[in-house]
This record gives sequence, C-alpha cells and structure tokens, in this order.
Amino acid sequence: MRTIFAALALTTALTLSGIAMAKPVTLTTTLKNYGGNGAYLAIYVTDPKGAYAGSLWMAGTKSKYYEHLSDWYRATGGNTAEINGITGASVGAGRQMEITLDLADALFDAGYILHIDAAVEDMRDSPNEIAVPLTAGGASQSVQGRRYIANFSYGM
Amino acid sequence: MIVRALHRWPGLLALALVTMLAVTGAALSVFPAAERLAAPQAEQAMSVADLAMRIKATIPGVEQIKRSPSGRITAYWFDGGTPGSVVIDPATGAAVASADSNKVERWLTNLHRSLFLDDAGRIAMAAGAAAMLVLAVSGCMLVARRAGGWRRWFAPLRRPLAGRVHVEIARGAVLGLLLSSATALWMTASTFGFFPDKAVVPELPSTVSGEMGARLESMPLLAETPVSSLRELSFPYPGDPTDVFTLKTDSGTGYLDQGTGATLGWSDLSGWQRVSEIIYMLHTGQGASLLGLLLGLMALGVPAMGVTGLFIWLAGRSGRPRIRDNAAPGRAETVILVGSEGGSTWGFAATLHSALTRAGQHVHAAPMSMFDPTRFSRARRYVVLAATYGDGNAPASAKGFLDRLARLPAAPDAPLAVLGFGDRSFPAFCAYAEAVAVAAEGKNWPLLLPFDTVDRQSPQEFARWSRTLGEALGIDLELNHQLVHPETDALTLVSRRDYGHEVQAPTAILRFALPRLSAWQRLTRQGFAGFEAGDLLGILPEGSPMPRFYSLASGSRDGFLEIVVRKHVGGICSGELMGLEAGGTVAAFIRRNPAFHADRNRDALILIGAGTGIGPLAGFIRANTSRRPIHLFFGMRHPGSDFLYREELEAWSAADRLSSLSTAVSRGASPRYVQDALRAEAAEAARLIREGARVMVCGGRQMAAGVSEVLTRMLEPQGLSPAVLKAQGRYVEDVY
Repeated sequence: MRTIFAALALTTALTLSGIAMAKPVTLTTTLKNYGGNGAYLAIYVTDPKGAYAGSLWMAGTKSKYYEHLSDWYRATGGNTAEINGITGASVGAGRQMEITLDLADALFDAGYILHIDAAVEDMRDSPNEIAVPLTAGGASQSVQGRRYIANFSYGM
Repeated sequence: MIVRALHRWPGLLALALVTMLAVTGAALSVFPAAERLAAPQAEQAMSVADLAMRIKATIPGVEQIKRSPSGRITAYWFDGGTPGSVVIDPATGAAVASADSNKVERWLTNLHRSLFLDDAGRIAMAAGAAAMLVLAVSGCMLVARRAGGWRRWFAPLRRPLAGRVHVEIARGAVLGLLLSSATALWMTASTFGFFPDKAVVPELPSTVSGEMGARLESMPLLAETPVSSLRELSFPYPGDPTDVFTLKTDSGTGYLDQGTGATLGWSDLSGWQRVSEIIYMLHTGQGASLLGLLLGLMALGVPAMGVTGLFIWLAGRSGRPRIRDNAAPGRAETVILVGSEGGSTWGFAATLHSALTRAGQHVHAAPMSMFDPTRFSRARRYVVLAATYGDGNAPASAKGFLDRLARLPAAPDAPLAVLGFGDRSFPAFCAYAEAVAVAAEGKNWPLLLPFDTVDRQSPQEFARWSRTLGEALGIDLELNHQLVHPETDALTLVSRRDYGHEVQAPTAILRFALPRLSAWQRLTRQGFAGFEAGDLLGILPEGSPMPRFYSLASGSRDGFLEIVVRKHVGGICSGELMGLEAGGTVAAFIRRNPAFHADRNRDALILIGAGTGIGPLAGFIRANTSRRPIHLFFGMRHPGSDFLYREELEAWSAADRLSSLSTAVSRGASPRYVQDALRAEAAEAARLIREGARVMVCGGRQMAAGVSEVLTRMLEPQGLSPAVLKAQGRYVEDVY
C-alpha cells in the first residue's frame, strides 16, 4: 500500500477553459500476481474526441522503458515533461498503489476517459490495460484490467 | 608500481562483487543459446505479411506478434477477457510452446544487474563492472611488461604456479572481460538515461481512412518487410476504426492504415539507438548466442583469477620486506633499483631506503625490471643493488633490465652506483651486477661510485660501501643491516643412504619428514606447502647466519623432503648434514625456484646431471606419472660406489617414467664424463631437441660448461644454439 499526494495542474486545454474548481480524487490500483518484475504504469486522460489530454501519474522512473507504454508513448512522443513531478516507483506484482490528486471538476461527466498503459520487462506490453470514463457515478466502482491489473477504482 | 596498485586494490576490494558478476553472467549466457536452438526459424524470404496471415488463421484474436533476436516468434492475443501468448512455428503459424518468461533467467538477471536492490544495486554492480574493466586493462599492461612487450603476449612464463595459472587464464579471457565490462557500463549509463538513445516514434497520424478490414497481404510495407528484420507488429484495437497497425523493425517504426493498408508514418532508429542495441547484443548474447557463450566461458575464468590473484598477493607480501614510505617514481631524487632472486637483496634495499629517507630524501625503490628513466623524471642518482642468478644470469626482479638499458638512446644524466651481492665461492661471483656495470659504462652512464660487491650478505661490507655512498652524497650514512633470517622449521631426518666412500666422494641421499603444516600455509602454499622437485631447501647450519641451498629431489606430493649431499672438506653445512643420524634435526626453509621446474607439457625432457646433480632430476622422473618421454644422462665415478638412485631408476624405467638412461663413469680404464655420453647419443638428442625437447642440466660448473660445448657443436648444423634454447626457456641450468 502506498499513498501519494500530488497537486495536479492538468493540461493546458483544461486550464484554458478557465475552470479552477477541483477536488481530491484517490486512484487505487491493485496488480495481479503475474510473476514478473515490477510493472510500469502510465495513467492519463483522453478528451471526448479521444485525443490525449494529459497525464496523471507515471509509475516507473527509467524513461528508457517508457516506449513499452505504447499508447501513452505514441501520444506524447515519450516527452518526460508530461510527467514532471508526477513520477514514482514501479509497482511490484500483487502490490497496491494508491495516489491522491486534485482533479478538475470539469473532467467528470464530460466524456473524458482515464487510461492506464502497463508494461513489464520481458512480458507483453499492455497498452490501454484500463479505460474507464470519468463520471461522478462511476466513482468507487472497481474495474478489472486486461492483463496485469486485478482491479482499479477512483474515489472522491 | 601504479599499474600494479591499479591491478591489486580493485581486485581485492571488488573480488566478491566481480566474482558474483562473472558467475551469474556465465550462467545467463546459456539462455540465448538455448532459445536460439529451441526456436523454430522462419524461412529466408518470408514476409511479415505472410507470417501475420498464417498466425491470424490459427489465432484470430491476435493482437501482437513479436520476434526476439534469437528468431523466436511469439503471438499475443486476447480472448474472452483472458490474455494468452504462445511461441509460433512460422512455417505453419501454429503454436508450438508456451511463451511464459523463464523464472530462473529473470531471477539471475536481477541478481546480475542489481542484486535485487534496484538502483542502489545497479550502481554497486556498475562499480563491479568498472573494477573489472580497470583490472582487465591494468592486467594486460602487467602481462605485456612481464613478458617483455605486447608482441610476446603468449610467451611462456616461469613463475610459481598461482602466477602462471593467473596469467594463462587472463591471456585467454581478458578480451571477453574487457568487452563484457565496457558494455555493462554503457548499459547502466543508458538505463539511467545518460544517453539520448530513447525510442523515436513517428507523429501519430492526424487522419486515418476510418475504414477497417484491409487485407494483410495488400499492405505494401508488410509485404516488403522480411520476417528476419521484424521486431514487432501490433494490430489495431478490434472495433476501433481510428486505430492503426504499428510495425517495428530493425530499422525503425511505422504506422499502417487498417482500411487502406497505406503507410501513415515512419521514423528510423536514431544512431544512438542503433549503438545501444549493438551494445546490448554484445553484452547479453541475444542475437549473437555463440559470442554470448564464449563471453560466458571467459567470465568463468574470473573466480579462478580471483583466487590465484589472492595467493599472488599473499605470497608477494611474505616474499620481501615492505618498503615504508616509498616515494612516487616521479618525485624521487634517489632511485634504488633492486635485482633480487630470493628476497634478501630487497632486505638491503629496505635498509638503504629507510636510512636515506631519514636523511630527508625522497627515495623510490623498484625492481630493476621496472627501469624506465622517463618515469623517474626528478632522479638525481640511481643505485642498483643486484644479486646474480645461476651462472651470471639476471635474478628474477631484474629480468629485461639490460635490454631496456640497451634500447635507451642515451644513459640518464643522473649518476649511477652499482653494488653486487653474491658468494665468492662461486666463479660467477656478482657476474650479473658486473654485467650491469659494464653495460652502463658502455652507455657512458656517469658514475656516482665505482662498482663494488658484498660477499655472502656481509653486513660489514655493506656498511663500508654505505659510508662511501654517504661521502658521495655529503651525508653521514651508516647502515646497520640486520639480516632477515627466513623462518625455519626443524626437519627430522627419516632415513639416509650412503654412497661414494670408496671413490673419496662421500655422498648421501637424505630424506626428511614433512613438518606439520597449518591450514593457512596449506591454503596459501607458503612454507613447506606445495613445493616441487627443483625448488631449493635452505639449511641454516649451526653457527652460521648464511643459509646453504640444496636442490630438492622430491615434491610435497611425495610426502617427504629429499636432498642429495656431498661432503666437502671443511664445509660447515655439508659436515653437519653428513653427520646427521635418523631422528636428528636441522633448521630449514623452502625457497621456490620456478625456473628449474619440469614444465607440464608433453614434450620430451633431456635431463643431464653428474654426482649430486641427479637430485632434482630424480625428483622430476619420480613425479612423471603422465609418462612423458624423459631421457637421463648421468655421470658418476664408479657404478659400484656412487650410482645414486640405481634401484629407483630401474623401477621408474620399468614403469615408463624414464624412457632411457645413459651413464658415464669417470674412474677406470676408459674414463668418460656425462658430456661424452651425450656426444655418443648426439644424433638422437639433436632429433629430440628439434622436435621440441627441453634440456635441463644440474651439477657442477665444469660439467655444465662441457655439456654446453657439446650441445653447441651438436646443434650448429640445425642453426640452433644453447643461447637460442635458453631464450625460449628450453635450456635451463641449476649449477653450483
């Protein structure tokens, strides 16, 4: 169990819309016992058109391996400025990661989708491991990942 | 000195770390080769389109196809909420094996690169790799220097066993260790993001056709790309018309439209990326499995070098006195160059060094073999203290000095004093030191003091010389050298066999019991552990501080110490030994003499000895369990009186340890010496030498001179000479 607090200034697009209201959101990710090295996780948001809107968290510090988070890498070109200050350690198999950050209200119930790309050394890459719409009603509902994530939920 | 320190300290400090790296690395080297052997390979001309279609036919839900450097092809799919992966036979597109990653390999990899300690462990292991790199480079320089230059990299060595094993392994393994450690450092730097070698991907296409379902074979890029250059192919998410195919090859990354099959973007690998990939391949053997196995094999030499290196260090510590406060070569005003065989000359050097240092000088002491005036840039005087080995040869720590001096364009300006150490009872008294003095004169090297000598380690003579040195330097120098007595053990005589009374040459074969050894001595092969026939037994006779040396006729494996002694008129030591009865004891110690060991190869040995000189030769034959051809020429006075080892020689001959025996008898109607026996067999002996035989001579000086003469004439027609053989290490003498 790990708790991280981060104040998030999310994407120019959202700040430009002039909405400053935000509330703390806790993202809880529990990994399966997939039997491998620690997983790299990229947590990011896409807008209603499906375009990359911004990153929320990067678990894993070696930028050399980010290319295996292939959707995130494709969207950002691997630009580490996107995750400046919101980077932490990779997450071991069977472990849980909990992050609390301030998310703008405007992200909820507006068609934004939260994605997690996952990758483990010498195992298959798993882009889009998780894709959940950000809605007030969806909070605290557990979602299963495709390969490495046993369950994920966001709570307000 | 600096190079040796650079070799010694990282070696000792990083021994555990480097050993861990080497052993795990060697174990890991097996995996790429095993994968290469197990993986079904694609046929030459097969395209990625063909492969993808075959796989799609057997696994409709395929999401991604990857090809590892070994040629193994893995397909990943997602079916009904569960992911799956298998190894594919490209010929059929069918699954052939599970694609689960190997737990043992992953465990070993994590141990190898980070000791399971993540970044801290990575840094520790990188330090280990750096130590290995320093060791490899400094070790190469040491080997080249010892052997006498880079061209003589593979020249044979005469050193104690540990040193020989250490260097032999290093010669074979050092290239691999250089490669492995240098690439390891690159990979660590890359992992920590020090290089701009991150993956480059093309801009995501802003517009796609929005259609789906183009046939794989109609996509030009897939049809053109051979499987051999494929890295991975990712399929678009099912049902998402905005997604694309992603193709990675060994030249770059591109996107393909899933509706039209058109290539939507491409970027080549960057130069940095290519270099990093090559480095990765060289280090891991993935994609170069034979190289990987070879590197693994070479890495296995590291633990052996660690252990032998430790022994060398321990032996070096005990072999000669420590020089305290030795100044750096570049700062020293006085440079003391030492030519020592057994270490006693180092003792004198240490006394001189400390006295000069106390007088306020910067003094550097070094073996003569390290002579290099460019390193001694501030030297104002040189002092050479040199012993002599055998018949005027360079002692161990002076090897190559005369060659180095001869190669200099001019002698140094700083003047020179040469002091020889020797024993006046030998004809070649201080012959090597004298040769040094003559060579220096030939080079017009200015003199600080005239050539002088010290007989039998006489402290008085040394003190007298030091006073003249003090006068030359304008300081009051009175050296009081305390002889360092080697640590002796009491040896108990077990048995003796007497010969030669009838021919006025009383001789005895004396056999002593091995003293008890401590576990430490056994482990470090110090003292009476691990000696061989040809090594020397030093005996301190009662009432004399000077040891006398006898060649050993046995090795430690025989379980006893055996020497052959002849009584000399008035000889203190031989008198004491000849008066010894079973149960009596003498004070003794071992001195290694690797120059006079029977080497371990299979070439024939020609052993030539007379009288007591048969001792070490008999020891070689006794130890010849591998039955290499050995031919013995032995000279005695009368077969009825001093035929030493007669019964043993017959038994060894019957057991094939001795191939032939030629004797010469010097008393009687037609006196013959051993050189005459050799001359009689000249044709056969010359043939053996031509085929690589090694000649070992032991005995009196006159006999050795006679043998050398016969050999010179015998080898002349072949364009060979004893001198040439000597240079090749194939003609060695133990003469007294």
